[in-house]
Amino acid sequence: MMQLKPQRVRAIARKEFIHVFRDRRSLGMAIAIPMLLLMLYGFALTLDVDNVPMVVWDQSESQASREFISHFRGCRYFSVRGYVRNYREVEHAIDSGRALMALIVPRDFAGHVESGRPAAVQLIVDGSDPNTATLAANYADAATLSYSQGAAVQQIQRIGRRVPQPPLELRPRVWFNPDMESRNYIIPGLIAVIMMVIAAMLTSLTVAREWERGTMEQLISTPVKSRELILGKLLPYFSIGLVDVLLAVLMGEFVFRVPLRGSAALLFAFAAIFLAGAMSLGILISIVTKNQLLANQLAMVMTFVPSLLLSGFVFAIGNMPKPLQLITYVVPARYFVTLLKAIYLKGVGLEILAGEAVLLTGFGAGMVALANLKFKKKLV
Amino acid sequence: MFERIKHMLIKEFIQVLRDPRMRAVVFVVPVLQLLVFGYAVTTDVRHVSTAVYDLDNSVASRELTSRFEKSGYFDVVEHVTDDARARELVDRGRVRVVLHVNKGFEDDLRAGRTARLQVIVDGTDSNTAGIVIGYTTRITGQYSQELLNARLRRLMGNIQQPGGVELQTRAWFNENLESRNFYVPGVVAMIVTLVTLLLTSMAVVREKEIGTMEQIMVTPITPAEFILGKTLPFALISFVDVILVTLVGVLWFDVPIRGNPTLLLFATALYLMTTLGIGLLISTLSQTQQQAMMSTFFFFMPAVLLSGFMFPIANMPVAVQWLTYLNPFRYFLMIIRGVFLKGVGLAILWPQMAALAAMGVATLWLTSRRFRKTLA
Repeated sequence: MMQLKPQRVRAIARKEFIHVFRDRRSLGMAIAIPMLLLMLYGFALTLDVDNVPMVVWDQSESQASREFISHFRGCRYFSVRGYVRNYREVEHAIDSGRALMALIVPRDFAGHVESGRPAAVQLIVDGSDPNTATLAANYADAATLSYSQGAAVQQIQRIGRRVPQPPLELRPRVWFNPDMESRNYIIPGLIAVIMMVIAAMLTSLTVAREWERGTMEQLISTPVKSRELILGKLLPYFSIGLVDVLLAVLMGEFVFRVPLRGSAALLFAFAAIFLAGAMSLGILISIVTKNQLLANQLAMVMTFVPSLLLSGFVFAIGNMPKPLQLITYVVPARYFVTLLKAIYLKGVGLEILAGEAVLLTGFGAGMVALANLKFKKKLV
Repeated sequence: MFERIKHMLIKEFIQVLRDPRMRAVVFVVPVLQLLVFGYAVTTDVRHVSTAVYDLDNSVASRELTSRFEKSGYFDVVEHVTDDARARELVDRGRVRVVLHVNKGFEDDLRAGRTARLQVIVDGTDSNTAGIVIGYTTRITGQYSQELLNARLRRLMGNIQQPGGVELQTRAWFNENLESRNFYVPGVVAMIVTLVTLLLTSMAVVREKEIGTMEQIMVTPITPAEFILGKTLPFALISFVDVILVTLVGVLWFDVPIRGNPTLLLFATALYLMTTLGIGLLISTLSQTQQQAMMSTFFFFMPAVLLSGFMFPIANMPVAVQWLTYLNPFRYFLMIIRGVFLKGVGLAILWPQMAALAAMGVATLWLTSRRFRKTLA
């Protein structure tokens, strides 16, 4: 086991700090860009479905049909964009994306409702976005149900009977996120994705630059050991990364009001492990690929896209096919996303997160070790 | 002029295709990406792991829980007998739903009172939670309606049943609401964008860094010819990629392609003009490859997130919605989804096509202008 000399690590770290602080613009970018991204995406990205644009084709044009349609008009989930008179107009509204839903009330609607026979109403949804379509169809079901029940109660009252109580009452309780704000779900994941990308970007610059400018040879001629060099190089970026995390958490707290239910200390501990791993990955990429073009492609292909699609940030891992769920275990952002969501929303501690924590630590340690190993070879 | 462009093309093809690693990155990685991500992108909620916490344990409560199981949306993984265990399962993420039936459920039903069913949903994933609540509402609603009808029959005989409204929902373009059909065309578009940006963003700056740019400057080639020579090979390679990836989407993932494939190729050509133009512009403006990489990234990330690929544009704040009009990816996504799923044609998609054409011409023009400056 090679000895680490704190003195030499400190010297390298100091040199790197000077590099970082001298270049005010890069420093500003390293701090400001994550904040800007979080700000923009935090406000822009939501999966909530309201104001679904819809058109109505009211063939019945009766008191009853207007009463029925008013259940849709009065609901914040729908926004009636207009009335149409024929099928072609329905088609055009949906083809062009002007409406996502069309409600078609048949001619005999009023007659059916008044005579007590069930009236069939057609709802056409644009299924090309199945997520929005499913939610919109559910809301439409609920609006229809509330109309039906109201109509039934009126009818029973008219013939002078006692209204029977509804047999079942469903009481949904949503834990951890009672209002089902998608912001609460997206922001913790967003912090993880942004940090993954920033960490890899920051560090993939640092080694390549020394090679580019030719200062690497000077470093090789000094007695500094490779792991001291890597540690010294990591330290300043690591602190910038931690500042970024701190700012992101503060923004989550005060700007987006995402509740942080778990322990903040635990969050920062995981953030530190994650940053160390992601930054070592960045260094590793720039060490392994001598070709900058390839390094660029690798960094992009390995960090951003998988962090976005395979981490459970938006697409829940539980919904993926089993073999793919196994693949997600090699995506480091996966652990960080899971941990952040659990700490933020569930407020659980280490006793439940132990498995994820061990894997994340394994990734961090593995990356640091690999970066050391590969780097030594190049120094020789 | 054609002579010069031809030589430029030959040089570019040799440069891109001679490195076997590069060949892999260009032709194999996109297909692999689609194979992996195509499976990842799904928001279908089926087989939700569920715990049953049935304190009544009666015929009625079992009937209710079995209705949940039979629906295909819920998989009962455990029957729990106390609060603490239910809590633990949800905390650990082992189950996402707990069906909680209290004591006296059946008695309430028999006595004509309202029986309560509590459903606990893990809200960390608000989207899945919303869909799950929709399913539970539908299942209990149906059961409740049946019980109510039975009660009414008892109450009033068969004389007058209240007429409810029956909602017949039909989903156009995607009858079974398969989310894969929606997202796979998006992934195709994303991969195409990534490949073209990666290829071109390095194209000019690399010559600058290696020093071969000076050699090109002394040749009689004009900036427009140079840009054309840089664009065409990548456009061709990207076209091959588009066809490859689309074939994988159609043949492997069974995504229907209802519209005219020729229209799709034509739209792709327009879109490639824009992305290649942006990549070249980044490359011309950057001094080093690292700068080019950072810039590419800061174009690509918002382009993906603010395109409607995952997050519907209609839900964004109005100011951001305006911003998305500047995003070429947004238009291409609308076209590719329109052609794949809706089967619509030029009559509906012409505004998006026009926007792409305008953006493509503008970026390429800007690039050759900026490029002249660097030559001088």
